[in-house]
Amino acid sequence: MSYKTIELEVLRYRPEMDDQPWFQVYRVPCEEDWVVLDALNYVKDHLDSSLSYRWSCHMAVCGSCGMMIDGEPQLSCKTFVRDLPDRRIRVEPLANFPIERDLVVVLDDFMEKLQRVKPYLIRQEARALDQGEHLQTPAQLARFKHYTQCINCCCCYAACPQYALIPEFLGPAALALAHRYNADSRDQGREEREDVVASNVGIWDCVFADACSVVCPKHVDPAGAIQQMKIASTVSWYKDHLGLGRKKT
Amino acid sequence: MSGKSYVKPFVREVSKTTWYLARGRDRLHMAHEASCVFVGLYALLLLWGLRALAAGPEAYQAFLAALGSPLSLGFHWVALAVTLFHTVSWFQVTPKAMPIQIGEAFVPGPVIVVGHYTVWVALSLFILFIGGVFHG
Repeated sequence: MSYKTIELEVLRYRPEMDDQPWFQVYRVPCEEDWVVLDALNYVKDHLDSSLSYRWSCHMAVCGSCGMMIDGEPQLSCKTFVRDLPDRRIRVEPLANFPIERDLVVVLDDFMEKLQRVKPYLIRQEARALDQGEHLQTPAQLARFKHYTQCINCCCCYAACPQYALIPEFLGPAALALAHRYNADSRDQGREEREDVVASNVGIWDCVFADACSVVCPKHVDPAGAIQQMKIASTVSWYKDHLGLGRKKT
Repeated sequence: MSGKSYVKPFVREVSKTTWYLARGRDRLHMAHEASCVFVGLYALLLLWGLRALAAGPEAYQAFLAALGSPLSLGFHWVALAVTLFHTVSWFQVTPKAMPIQIGEAFVPGPVIVVGHYTVWVALSLFILFIGGVFHG
């Protein structure tokens, strides 16, 4: 006997037959330890094999199953049915992205923005192999480690009011990743990223609504990263204009 | 062999005027943003006073007299309440913008928030002191 039967209200969009999305309700008998993804898998396996959604790891690592659950961007593999107050649960594709099909969204815009911030270690002087590895102290690692937890689930983009209103905005996850590398003691690429990060679609488009950090399932705190880059960028500007010279911050 | 393409992404429009009404945190954010209007208005009031001071004793006395009007007092109470809300909601998020790392650990957020309140009180007392409030 199931723990409770829920009504899963799923936004459907089948581009070959629908002009616009519509809600379909499924009655799903859930077990106590089920997450919303389990309920979707039940629908797929037993009720309606045409339902489309992304998932892979089922343990909050792959970042594939981000979706709007009762209006909040969340990982469906991390959201327990028992923690949701109502028996009727509304599931929609991530907000602020075009819908490809059902719960699948088009992420091309995010992928393009991610590349623009050069999210990898950049060295001005390449280190020869015989020089050994780049050493890093635990304190230097602690400075940016929490930003490495991002799994690109895009829940932050779905929560960000600025991205909703200004689609050109680079957005939380891409900027947080830029800060992750800027703050890495092994990296020398801050100057290269600055033109994009501090552009009119970068950090200065953020109004610090903090919604990205509130919804982040990995506690990355993109809002904090962006504010810290604003401070670093401002300090650099003054150093440049007062002739004090820059140092890596 | 290639099948027919059904790529037809559906874009959900977002209202540019009412987007913040749906969620409590967005409403709070917009309230914080709107409260800066009163901060700005009060800055203009202080500039007006400075201009009156530069214009001479009579102009400054007229400015002080205007401050005592019921309209001015009402504005001051509203501005005080709104500015306090602006300050508190800003101080709450300061640990995110300016984390302090000591060794491998970060200073707890509440300590940074309390630090801001401490500086705020100290500066306020200093301004009251140079304003002559404590001279009897």
